[in-house]
Amino acid sequence: MVINIIDDIEKSIRETAKKLLEEKKVDLIIGYTKGSIPLRSGPCFITDASQTDMLVWNQSCDLNLAKYLAKNDNRKIGIISKGCVGRAIVHLIVEKQLNKENITIIGIPCEGVLNRAKIMVEIGDKEIIEANIEDNKIIIKGKDFNKTLPLQDYINQLCITCHYKIPPIFDIIIGNKKPEKPPKDDFKDLNEIESKSSNDKIEYFKKELNRCIRCYACREACPMCYCSLCFIDQNKPVWFGKTADISDNFIFHMIRAFHVAGRCVSCGTCSSVCPIGIDLNFITRKLEKIVKERFDFESGINLAAPPPMGTHKFDDKQEFMIEED
Amino acid sequence: MTDKSKEKSTEEWKPKIIAFLCNWCSYAGADLAGVSRIQYPPNIRVVRVPCTGRINPFFIIKSLAYGWDGILVSGCHPGDCHYISGNYIARRRFAILRDLMIFLGIEPERLNFTWVSAAEGERFAKIVRKTVENVKSVGPNKIFNKKW
Repeated sequence: MVINIIDDIEKSIRETAKKLLEEKKVDLIIGYTKGSIPLRSGPCFITDASQTDMLVWNQSCDLNLAKYLAKNDNRKIGIISKGCVGRAIVHLIVEKQLNKENITIIGIPCEGVLNRAKIMVEIGDKEIIEANIEDNKIIIKGKDFNKTLPLQDYINQLCITCHYKIPPIFDIIIGNKKPEKPPKDDFKDLNEIESKSSNDKIEYFKKELNRCIRCYACREACPMCYCSLCFIDQNKPVWFGKTADISDNFIFHMIRAFHVAGRCVSCGTCSSVCPIGIDLNFITRKLEKIVKERFDFESGINLAAPPPMGTHKFDDKQEFMIEED
Repeated sequence: MTDKSKEKSTEEWKPKIIAFLCNWCSYAGADLAGVSRIQYPPNIRVVRVPCTGRINPFFIIKSLAYGWDGILVSGCHPGDCHYISGNYIARRRFAILRDLMIFLGIEPERLNFTWVSAAEGERFAKIVRKTVENVKSVGPNKIFNKKW
Protein backbone atom coordinates (compact mmCIF):
# COMPACT_ATOMS: atom_id res chain seq x y z
CA MET A 1 0.00 0.00 0.00
CA VAL A 2 1.76 3.09 -1.29
CA ILE A 3 -0.62 5.56 0.28
CA ASN A 4 0.02 4.40 3.86
CA ILE A 5 3.76 4.81 3.53
CA ILE A 6 3.27 8.33 2.22
CA ASP A 7 0.91 9.14 5.13
CA ASP A 8 3.51 7.88 7.59
CA ILE A 9 6.24 9.97 5.99
CA GLU A 10 4.01 13.03 6.13
CA LYS A 11 3.36 12.43 9.81
CA SER A 12 7.02 12.01 10.67
CA ILE A 13 7.96 15.09 8.61
CA ARG A 14 5.57 17.17 10.75
CA GLU A 15 6.87 15.65 13.97
CA THR A 16 10.51 16.14 13.01
CA ALA A 17 9.91 19.73 11.92
CA LYS A 18 8.07 20.48 15.16
CA LYS A 19 10.86 18.96 17.25
CA LEU A 20 13.58 20.87 15.42
CA LEU A 21 11.75 24.19 15.80
CA GLU A 22 10.91 23.60 19.46
CA GLU A 23 14.48 22.64 20.31
CA LYS A 24 15.65 25.76 18.45
CA LYS A 25 17.98 23.70 16.29
CA VAL A 26 16.64 25.52 13.23
CA ASP A 27 15.08 28.94 12.71
CA LEU A 28 13.17 28.02 9.60
CA ILE A 29 11.75 24.92 7.99
CA ILE A 30 11.30 24.84 4.21
CA GLY A 31 8.83 22.24 3.06
CA TYR A 32 5.90 21.51 0.78
CA THR A 33 2.38 22.63 1.42
CA LYS A 34 -0.94 22.05 -0.33
CA GLY A 35 -1.34 23.99 -3.55
CA SER A 36 -4.29 26.19 -4.42
CA ILE A 37 -5.50 23.81 -7.12
CA PRO A 38 -5.70 20.00 -7.12
CA LEU A 39 -2.52 18.05 -7.91
CA ARG A 40 -0.35 21.03 -7.19
CA SER A 41 1.85 21.80 -4.21
CA GLY A 42 3.74 24.89 -3.19
CA PRO A 43 6.65 25.75 -0.95
CA CYS A 44 6.07 26.84 2.64
CA PHE A 45 8.34 28.53 5.14
CA ILE A 46 7.66 27.75 8.76
CA THR A 47 9.17 29.59 11.72
CA ASP A 48 6.55 28.67 14.33
CA ALA A 49 6.27 25.13 15.73
CA SER A 50 2.47 25.39 15.81
CA GLN A 51 2.29 25.73 12.03
CA THR A 52 3.96 22.44 11.16
CA ASP A 53 0.65 20.83 10.22
CA MET A 54 0.87 22.79 6.97
CA LEU A 55 3.57 20.43 5.76
CA VAL A 56 2.53 17.78 3.26
CA TRP A 57 4.24 15.07 1.29
CA ASN A 58 2.64 13.39 -1.72
CA GLN A 59 3.18 12.74 -5.41
CA SER A 60 2.41 16.31 -6.40
CA CYS A 61 5.45 17.73 -4.54
CA ASP A 62 7.42 18.47 -7.69
CA LEU A 63 9.26 21.70 -6.86
CA ASN A 64 12.95 21.69 -6.02
CA LEU A 65 13.14 23.39 -2.63
CA ALA A 66 16.88 24.04 -2.91
CA LYS A 67 15.88 27.06 -5.02
CA TYR A 68 14.77 28.83 -1.83
CA LEU A 69 18.13 28.63 -0.07
CA ALA A 70 19.87 31.97 -0.41
CA LYS A 71 23.60 32.52 -0.40
CA ASN A 72 23.75 35.25 2.24
CA ASP A 73 21.15 33.80 4.56
CA ASN A 74 22.73 33.22 7.98
CA ARG A 75 19.72 31.62 9.60
CA LYS A 76 19.74 27.94 10.48
CA ILE A 77 17.50 26.27 7.96
CA GLY A 78 15.93 22.83 7.96
CA ILE A 79 14.91 21.67 4.51
CA ILE A 80 12.69 18.76 3.52
CA SER A 81 14.75 17.00 0.87
CA LYS A 82 13.84 14.30 -1.56
CA GLY A 83 16.75 12.88 -3.56
CA CYS A 84 17.04 15.64 -6.15
CA VAL A 85 16.72 18.44 -3.59
CA GLY A 86 19.62 16.86 -1.71
CA ARG A 87 21.65 16.64 -4.91
CA ALA A 88 20.97 20.30 -5.68
CA ILE A 89 22.12 21.30 -2.18
CA VAL A 90 25.31 19.27 -2.55
CA HIS A 91 26.08 20.86 -5.90
CA LEU A 92 25.37 24.35 -4.58
CA ILE A 93 27.79 23.65 -1.72
CA VAL A 94 30.39 22.49 -4.28
CA GLU A 95 29.88 25.77 -6.16
CA LYS A 96 30.31 27.64 -2.86
CA GLN A 97 26.81 29.09 -2.93
CA LEU A 98 25.75 27.64 0.41
CA ASN A 99 27.26 27.08 3.80
CA LYS A 100 26.73 23.49 4.87
CA GLU A 101 26.79 24.36 8.57
CA ASN A 102 23.62 26.42 8.28
CA ILE A 103 21.59 23.70 6.63
CA THR A 104 19.89 20.73 8.23
CA ILE A 105 18.87 18.28 5.54
CA ILE A 106 15.80 16.24 6.44
CA GLY A 107 15.96 13.40 3.94
CA ILE A 108 12.82 11.64 2.74
CA PRO A 109 12.59 8.73 0.31
CA CYS A 110 10.87 9.69 -2.94
CA GLU A 111 9.17 7.29 -5.32
CA GLY A 112 8.71 9.83 -8.09
CA VAL A 113 6.40 12.78 -8.58
CA LEU A 114 3.57 13.37 -11.02
CA ASN A 115 3.98 15.28 -14.23
CA ARG A 116 0.91 17.45 -14.22
CA ALA A 117 1.43 18.50 -17.83
CA LYS A 118 0.89 14.91 -18.96
CA ILE A 119 -2.41 14.76 -17.08
CA MET A 120 -3.52 18.07 -18.57
CA VAL A 121 -2.80 16.76 -22.06
CA GLU A 122 -4.99 13.73 -21.26
CA ILE A 123 -7.83 15.84 -19.87
CA GLY A 124 -7.73 18.74 -22.29
CA ASP A 125 -9.22 22.11 -21.48
CA LYS A 126 -11.48 20.89 -18.67
CA GLU A 127 -10.89 21.96 -15.11
CA ILE A 128 -10.00 19.54 -12.33
CA ILE A 129 -12.08 20.17 -9.21
CA GLU A 130 -10.94 17.27 -7.08
CA ALA A 131 -8.16 14.73 -7.38
CA ASN A 132 -7.10 11.82 -5.22
CA ILE A 133 -4.30 9.32 -5.44
CA GLU A 134 -5.27 5.87 -4.18
CA ASP A 135 -3.85 2.42 -4.81
CA ASN A 136 -1.59 3.53 -7.66
CA LYS A 137 -4.49 5.27 -9.38
CA ILE A 138 -5.25 8.93 -9.93
CA ILE A 139 -8.94 9.63 -9.53
CA ILE A 140 -9.92 12.93 -11.09
CA LYS A 141 -13.24 14.65 -10.73
CA GLY A 142 -14.34 17.61 -12.83
CA LYS A 143 -17.52 19.52 -13.54
CA ASP A 144 -19.13 16.81 -15.62
CA PHE A 145 -16.53 14.12 -15.94
CA ASN A 146 -14.75 11.49 -13.87
CA LYS A 147 -11.52 9.87 -14.85
CA THR A 148 -9.27 7.21 -13.36
CA LEU A 149 -5.70 7.14 -14.60
CA PRO A 150 -2.92 4.69 -13.73
CA LEU A 151 -0.34 6.48 -11.57
CA GLN A 152 2.62 4.71 -13.17
CA ASP A 153 2.03 6.30 -16.59
CA TYR A 154 1.99 9.85 -15.27
CA ILE A 155 5.17 9.83 -13.19
CA ASN A 156 7.77 12.34 -14.40
CA GLN A 157 10.11 10.86 -16.99
CA LEU A 158 13.20 11.76 -14.95
CA CYS A 159 11.82 10.08 -11.82
CA ILE A 160 11.58 6.78 -13.69
CA THR A 161 15.30 6.89 -14.49
CA CYS A 162 16.26 8.52 -11.15
CA HIS A 163 19.02 6.76 -9.18
CA TYR A 164 18.90 8.81 -6.02
CA LYS A 165 15.66 8.36 -4.12
CA ILE A 166 17.19 9.78 -0.93
CA PRO A 167 19.66 12.70 -0.66
CA PRO A 168 23.36 11.78 -0.93
CA ILE A 169 24.02 13.58 2.35
CA PHE A 170 21.54 14.14 5.18
CA ASP A 171 21.36 15.02 8.86
CA ILE A 172 18.05 13.32 9.59
CA ILE A 173 16.44 10.62 7.50
CA ILE A 174 12.78 9.67 7.55
CA GLY A 175 11.59 6.25 6.47
CA ASN A 176 13.55 3.75 4.46
CA LYS A 177 17.28 4.30 4.88
CA LYS A 178 18.74 1.97 2.31
CA PRO A 179 17.11 2.03 -1.11
CA GLU A 180 17.93 -0.79 -3.51
CA LYS A 181 20.89 -0.14 -5.73
CA PRO A 182 19.44 0.74 -9.12
CA PRO A 183 20.60 -0.89 -12.37
CA LYS A 184 23.21 0.89 -14.48
CA ASP A 185 21.80 3.80 -16.45
CA ASP A 186 21.96 3.10 -20.18
CA PHE A 187 20.06 6.19 -21.44
CA LYS A 188 17.78 3.97 -23.52
CA ASP A 189 15.02 6.56 -23.44
CA LEU A 190 17.11 8.88 -25.63
CA ASN A 191 17.62 6.34 -28.42
CA GLU A 192 14.43 7.27 -30.21
CA ILE A 193 15.39 10.92 -30.71
CA GLU A 194 19.10 10.28 -31.22
CA SER A 195 18.46 7.86 -34.08
CA LYS A 196 16.51 10.47 -36.06
CA SER A 197 18.13 12.46 -38.88
CA SER A 198 19.24 16.06 -38.25
CA ASN A 199 16.26 17.34 -40.19
CA ASP A 200 13.72 15.30 -38.23
CA LYS A 201 15.37 16.28 -34.94
CA ILE A 202 15.23 19.98 -35.65
CA GLU A 203 11.64 19.72 -36.87
CA TYR A 204 10.70 17.89 -33.66
CA PHE A 205 12.35 20.44 -31.39
CA LYS A 206 11.02 23.36 -33.42
CA LYS A 207 7.53 21.96 -32.99
CA GLU A 208 8.06 21.59 -29.23
CA LEU A 209 9.81 24.91 -28.66
CA ASN A 210 7.48 26.89 -30.92
CA ARG A 211 4.86 26.60 -28.16
CA CYS A 212 7.11 28.35 -25.64
CA ILE A 213 5.63 31.66 -24.48
CA ARG A 214 8.89 32.73 -22.78
CA CYS A 215 7.46 33.07 -19.30
CA TYR A 216 10.84 31.91 -17.92
CA ALA A 217 9.16 29.66 -15.35
CA CYS A 218 11.82 27.05 -16.11
CA ARG A 219 14.54 29.48 -15.13
CA GLU A 220 12.70 30.68 -12.04
CA ALA A 221 12.17 27.14 -10.76
CA CYS A 222 15.65 25.81 -11.50
CA PRO A 223 17.79 25.45 -8.35
CA MET A 224 20.94 25.93 -10.42
CA CYS A 225 19.89 29.30 -11.89
CA TYR A 226 21.28 31.63 -9.25
CA CYS A 227 23.11 34.25 -11.39
CA SER A 228 22.36 37.72 -10.11
CA LEU A 229 21.98 38.90 -13.71
CA CYS A 230 20.68 36.31 -16.13
CA PHE A 231 21.70 36.50 -19.81
CA ILE A 232 18.02 36.94 -20.65
CA ASP A 233 17.70 40.14 -18.65
CA GLN A 234 21.01 41.57 -19.75
CA ASN A 235 20.65 44.54 -22.09
CA LYS A 236 24.25 45.53 -22.56
CA PRO A 237 24.73 43.77 -24.90
CA VAL A 238 21.35 42.37 -25.84
CA TRP A 239 22.30 38.80 -26.55
CA PHE A 240 19.18 37.83 -28.39
CA GLY A 241 15.67 38.98 -29.26
CA LYS A 242 12.85 38.94 -26.74
CA THR A 243 10.22 37.70 -29.15
CA ALA A 244 8.56 34.29 -29.02
CA ASP A 245 9.81 33.63 -32.56
CA ILE A 246 11.30 30.17 -33.01
CA SER A 247 14.84 31.45 -33.55
CA ASP A 248 14.79 33.35 -30.25
CA ASN A 249 13.09 30.47 -28.45
CA PHE A 250 15.65 28.07 -29.80
CA ILE A 251 18.58 30.22 -28.70
CA PHE A 252 17.03 30.67 -25.27
CA HIS A 253 16.51 26.97 -24.65
CA MET A 254 19.88 26.08 -26.11
CA ILE A 255 21.78 28.51 -23.89
CA ARG A 256 19.69 27.74 -20.84
CA ALA A 257 20.50 24.07 -21.30
CA PHE A 258 24.16 24.86 -21.87
CA HIS A 259 24.33 26.90 -18.69
CA VAL A 260 23.18 23.97 -16.58
CA ALA A 261 25.42 21.42 -18.32
CA GLY A 262 27.36 19.47 -15.71
CA ARG A 263 25.30 21.12 -12.99
CA CYS A 264 21.77 19.93 -13.69
CA VAL A 265 20.59 17.51 -10.99
CA SER A 266 17.76 16.05 -13.12
CA CYS A 267 14.92 17.04 -10.82
CA GLY A 268 12.56 17.68 -13.74
CA THR A 269 11.19 20.83 -12.14
CA CYS A 270 11.67 22.89 -15.32
CA SER A 271 9.33 20.66 -17.26
CA SER A 272 6.74 20.25 -14.52
CA VAL A 273 6.36 24.01 -13.99
CA CYS A 274 5.99 24.71 -17.71
CA PRO A 275 2.49 26.12 -18.23
CA ILE A 276 2.43 24.89 -21.82
CA GLY A 277 3.75 21.44 -20.99
CA ILE A 278 6.91 21.48 -23.09
CA ASP A 279 8.87 18.37 -22.28
CA LEU A 280 12.28 19.80 -21.38
CA ASN A 281 13.27 16.48 -19.81
CA PHE A 282 14.82 15.29 -23.05
CA ILE A 283 17.37 18.08 -23.06
CA THR A 284 18.09 17.50 -19.38
CA ARG A 285 18.61 13.79 -19.96
CA LYS A 286 20.90 14.45 -22.88
CA LEU A 287 23.05 16.78 -20.76
CA GLU A 288 23.27 14.12 -18.08
CA LYS A 289 24.41 11.65 -20.72
CA ILE A 290 27.00 13.96 -22.29
CA VAL A 291 28.58 14.81 -18.94
CA LYS A 292 28.51 11.20 -17.73
CA GLU A 293 30.09 9.85 -20.91
CA ARG A 294 32.63 12.56 -21.53
CA PHE A 295 33.74 13.50 -18.04
CA ASP A 296 32.39 10.62 -15.92
CA PHE A 297 30.70 13.10 -13.62
CA GLU A 298 27.34 13.14 -11.90
CA SER A 299 26.34 16.41 -10.32
CA GLY A 300 25.38 16.67 -6.69
CA ILE A 301 26.74 13.34 -5.50
CA ASN A 302 30.19 14.07 -4.19
CA LEU A 303 31.16 17.09 -2.11
CA ALA A 304 34.81 16.72 -3.14
CA ALA A 305 34.40 16.41 -6.94
CA PRO A 306 34.96 19.68 -8.83
CA PRO A 307 32.30 20.59 -11.42
CA PRO A 308 33.34 19.51 -14.95
CA MET A 309 33.10 22.98 -16.48
CA GLY A 310 35.38 24.39 -13.78
CA THR A 311 38.21 21.98 -14.33
CA HIS A 312 40.07 20.31 -17.21
CA LYS A 313 42.43 17.50 -18.05
CA PHE A 314 45.26 17.39 -20.55
CA ASP A 315 43.87 14.22 -22.13
CA ASP A 316 40.20 15.13 -22.47
CA LYS A 317 38.64 13.43 -25.47
CA GLN A 318 38.91 15.54 -28.63
CA GLU A 319 37.67 13.16 -31.31
CA PHE A 320 35.47 15.93 -32.75
CA MET A 321 38.41 18.13 -33.83
CA ILE A 322 38.75 18.27 -37.61
CA GLU A 323 42.06 17.26 -39.13
CA GLU A 324 43.66 18.02 -42.48
CA ASP A 325 43.65 15.07 -44.87
CA MET B 1 13.30 33.11 -62.83
CA THR B 2 13.88 30.40 -65.40
CA ASP B 3 14.93 26.89 -64.40
CA LYS B 4 18.27 27.41 -65.99
CA SER B 5 19.13 30.44 -63.92
CA LYS B 6 17.89 28.65 -60.77
CA GLU B 7 20.33 25.85 -61.44
CA LYS B 8 23.02 28.37 -62.00
CA SER B 9 22.32 30.11 -58.70
CA THR B 10 22.52 26.86 -56.70
CA GLU B 11 25.73 26.02 -58.49
CA GLU B 12 27.16 29.32 -57.51
CA TRP B 13 26.17 29.11 -53.86
CA LYS B 14 29.19 29.78 -51.77
CA PRO B 15 29.06 29.09 -48.05
CA LYS B 16 29.71 31.91 -45.65
CA ILE B 17 31.76 30.70 -42.74
CA ILE B 18 32.59 32.65 -39.62
CA ALA B 19 35.98 31.82 -38.16
CA PHE B 20 36.95 32.56 -34.57
CA LEU B 21 40.74 32.52 -34.42
CA CYS B 22 42.84 32.94 -31.33
CA ASN B 23 45.23 35.87 -31.40
CA TRP B 24 48.39 33.97 -30.48
CA CYS B 25 48.32 30.88 -32.66
CA SER B 26 45.63 30.51 -35.31
CA TYR B 27 45.42 34.17 -36.28
CA ALA B 28 49.20 34.19 -36.73
CA GLY B 29 48.84 30.89 -38.62
CA ALA B 30 46.33 32.51 -40.97
CA ASP B 31 48.69 35.43 -41.36
CA LEU B 32 51.52 33.08 -42.23
CA ALA B 33 49.32 31.41 -44.84
CA GLY B 34 48.72 34.90 -46.26
CA VAL B 35 52.32 36.07 -46.37
CA SER B 36 53.43 32.69 -47.73
CA ARG B 37 50.89 33.14 -50.56
CA ILE B 38 49.15 29.86 -49.88
CA GLN B 39 45.81 29.68 -51.68
CA TYR B 40 42.70 28.83 -49.69
CA PRO B 41 38.97 29.39 -50.34
CA PRO B 42 37.77 32.94 -49.65
CA ASN B 43 34.64 31.77 -47.80
CA ILE B 44 35.77 32.54 -44.29
CA ARG B 45 35.36 35.78 -42.37
CA VAL B 46 37.77 36.01 -39.49
CA VAL B 47 36.99 37.27 -35.99
CA ARG B 48 40.09 37.66 -33.86
CA VAL B 49 39.67 36.70 -30.22
CA PRO B 50 42.30 36.80 -27.45
CA CYS B 51 41.94 33.10 -26.72
CA THR B 52 39.53 30.26 -27.56
CA GLY B 53 38.50 30.46 -23.92
CA ARG B 54 37.08 33.89 -24.74
CA ILE B 55 34.53 32.41 -27.11
CA ASN B 56 31.12 32.52 -25.54
CA PRO B 57 28.88 29.71 -26.87
CA PHE B 58 26.51 32.54 -27.68
CA PHE B 59 28.84 33.65 -30.49
CA ILE B 60 28.44 30.27 -32.14
CA ILE B 61 24.72 29.84 -31.62
CA LYS B 62 23.93 33.40 -32.62
CA SER B 63 26.05 33.16 -35.76
CA LEU B 64 24.02 30.16 -36.87
CA ALA B 65 20.78 31.90 -36.00
CA TYR B 66 21.83 34.94 -38.02
CA GLY B 67 22.29 32.73 -41.05
CA TRP B 68 25.99 31.94 -41.23
CA ASP B 69 26.38 28.60 -42.96
CA GLY B 70 29.17 27.25 -40.82
CA ILE B 71 31.50 27.88 -37.91
CA LEU B 72 35.24 27.42 -37.61
CA VAL B 73 36.89 27.75 -34.23
CA SER B 74 40.62 27.46 -34.04
CA GLY B 75 43.07 27.91 -31.18
CA CYS B 76 46.47 26.88 -29.91
CA HIS B 77 47.40 23.21 -29.66
CA PRO B 78 46.91 21.68 -26.20
CA GLY B 79 49.80 22.78 -24.02
CA ASP B 80 50.58 25.89 -26.11
CA CYS B 81 47.94 28.27 -24.78
CA HIS B 82 49.26 31.77 -24.10
CA TYR B 83 47.02 31.87 -21.05
CA ILE B 84 48.08 28.37 -19.85
CA SER B 85 44.67 26.67 -19.82
CA GLY B 86 42.25 28.68 -21.98
CA ASN B 87 42.09 26.10 -24.73
CA TYR B 88 41.47 23.20 -22.30
CA ILE B 89 38.46 25.00 -20.90
CA ALA B 90 37.29 25.83 -24.41
CA ARG B 91 37.68 22.18 -25.44
CA ARG B 92 35.32 21.01 -22.69
CA ARG B 93 32.89 23.76 -23.59
CA PHE B 94 32.88 22.86 -27.29
CA ALA B 95 32.53 19.16 -26.56
CA ILE B 96 29.31 19.76 -24.65
CA LEU B 97 28.05 22.46 -27.01
CA ARG B 98 28.66 20.31 -30.06
CA ASP B 99 26.92 17.25 -28.60
CA LEU B 100 23.97 19.36 -27.54
CA MET B 101 23.64 21.09 -30.90
CA ILE B 102 23.78 17.78 -32.76
CA PHE B 103 21.10 16.43 -30.41
CA LEU B 104 18.88 19.41 -31.20
CA GLY B 105 19.32 18.79 -34.92
CA ILE B 106 22.06 21.09 -36.17
CA GLU B 107 24.26 19.28 -38.69
CA PRO B 108 27.68 18.40 -37.18
CA GLU B 109 29.33 19.46 -40.46
CA ARG B 110 28.54 23.09 -39.68
CA LEU B 111 30.50 23.00 -36.43
CA ASN B 112 34.23 22.80 -36.99
CA PHE B 113 36.78 22.95 -34.21
CA THR B 114 40.50 22.58 -34.64
CA TRP B 115 43.96 23.56 -33.43
CA VAL B 116 46.39 25.52 -35.65
CA SER B 117 49.70 26.89 -34.41
CA ALA B 118 51.44 30.06 -35.60
CA ALA B 119 53.89 28.01 -37.67
CA GLU B 120 51.24 26.01 -39.52
CA GLY B 121 50.25 28.20 -42.48
CA GLU B 122 49.95 25.21 -44.74
CA ARG B 123 47.77 23.39 -42.21
CA PHE B 124 45.53 26.44 -41.88
CA ALA B 125 44.89 26.48 -45.62
CA LYS B 126 44.09 22.76 -45.56
CA ILE B 127 41.75 23.16 -42.60
CA VAL B 128 39.87 25.94 -44.36
CA ARG B 129 39.52 23.79 -47.47
CA LYS B 130 38.20 20.93 -45.32
CA THR B 131 35.76 23.23 -43.52
CA VAL B 132 34.38 24.64 -46.76
CA GLU B 133 33.99 21.09 -48.08
CA ASN B 134 32.14 20.08 -44.88
CA VAL B 135 29.77 23.03 -44.98
CA LYS B 136 29.12 22.63 -48.72
CA SER B 137 28.06 19.03 -48.10
CA VAL B 138 25.10 20.16 -45.95
CA GLY B 139 24.05 23.15 -48.05
CA PRO B 140 22.79 26.58 -47.02
CA ASN B 141 21.74 27.22 -43.45
CA LYS B 142 17.95 27.16 -43.30
CA ILE B 143 17.54 26.35 -39.64
CA PHE B 144 15.67 29.53 -38.82
CA ASN B 145 13.21 31.40 -40.99
CA LYS B 146 13.43 34.74 -39.26
CA LYS B 147 14.54 37.56 -41.52
CA TRP B 148 17.03 39.74 -39.76
